[in-house]
Amino acid sequence: MELAPARRRLALDSIGIWALAIVIGTIFGFTARQAGLSLVEAAAFSAILFAGAAQFASVGLLSQGVPWPSIVALVWLLNARHFLYSASVAPNTARLSRRLRAALAFFLTDEAFALTTAHITRIGRIDVAGAWYAGFSIFVPWNVATLVGWLAGAALPDPATFGLDVVFASSMAGLAIGLVRDRAALIALLVGSASAVAAALLIDPSAAALAGGLVGPIAGIAATRRPR
Amino acid sequence: MSPELVRFDLVPLAILGGVGTYVARALPMLVPGIDRLPPLVLEYLRLIGPAVLGAIAAAAVFVVHNASGTTLRVGPEAVAVIAGMAFGRWRNSLLLGMAASVMVVLALRATIAG
Repeated sequence: MELAPARRRLALDSIGIWALAIVIGTIFGFTARQAGLSLVEAAAFSAILFAGAAQFASVGLLSQGVPWPSIVALVWLLNARHFLYSASVAPNTARLSRRLRAALAFFLTDEAFALTTAHITRIGRIDVAGAWYAGFSIFVPWNVATLVGWLAGAALPDPATFGLDVVFASSMAGLAIGLVRDRAALIALLVGSASAVAAALLIDPSAAALAGGLVGPIAGIAATRRPR
Repeated sequence: MSPELVRFDLVPLAILGGVGTYVARALPMLVPGIDRLPPLVLEYLRLIGPAVLGAIAAAAVFVVHNASGTTLRVGPEAVAVIAGMAFGRWRNSLLLGMAASVMVVLALRATIAG
C-alpha cells in the first residue's frame, strides 16, 4: 500500500484507540482520586509510567496497603510483555538513530504497538511520522482524560449507570484475545485467567495478575511443546 | 475529605514503575542480539501478554472483593465481557467488542431489574 492511503487507514484505526483512552483514562483519573492520589500523583502515573493496566493495578494495590517493592515488581512483570513488542518492532527501527529509537520506545504501549505493527505491515517499513502518531494517539488522550477524570471526580456519574464499569475488563479481554495467534497463546490466556481467579480467591486479589502472568505461559509452553 | 491537588509522595513510585517499563520497551530496540535469547525464553515472553491481560480481565469480572471477603461471581459483567471479547474478535475490532460489552451488560441489568 502507498504511504498516503496507509496513513489514512492508520488515522481511521486510531479512532477506537482515542475513544478507549478517553474512557479508560477518565476512569483511571477518577479511580486514582478515589484511592487518595493527588492530581499531581495521578498525572505522574499517566505521564511517566504510562501503562493502563499497571496503573490500575498500582492504584488498587496502594489502596490495599501493599508495600512499594511488591507494587514495582508487579508493574515490571505486567509490562514485561512490552519487551516482546519492542523486539518485534526492532528489526524495522534498526536504521533509525539511537536517540529516535529511545524516544519511540517510550510510547510502545499495547495500543501503539498494535497501530504501529499494522502500519508497518501495510507499507513494508517503518514510517517515523506514523509511529509518532500511533504513540501520541494513546499518550495525549490518556493524559488529558486522567486530568479530566480526577478533576471531574464527584461530578462524574457512576460508570455502572452507563455500563462503563465493564470497559476496562472488556479492553483487557479484547487485547488478550487479539494476541492469540496459536494454541499456546490460547492456553496461556485460559490458564492465566483461571490461575488469576484461583489466586484471588485462595491467596489475595492482588496476587491475581502475578499468578496468571507466571502460570499461564508455563501452561501454554507445556501443552504445546513436542516431546523429544 | 477530597484528595489534595498537589502532593508528590507517590511520584517516586510512578518513576520506579516507569523505569522498569521503559527498559522493557526500549531494550530490544536499543541493544542488538535479541534474537540470541533462548527460544524458550522468547516463547515465555510472548505468552505473558495474553496470560496477564486475560488474568486481569478474569479477576476483574469473576472476583468480588469487599469488606465481607473475596468471592467468586458469575454475573452480567462476566457474560458481557466474554460476549464482547467474542464479538470483537469476530469483527476484528477492539472498539466494537467494548461497545458490545457495554450494550450486553446494560441489557442484562435491565432484564434482571425488570
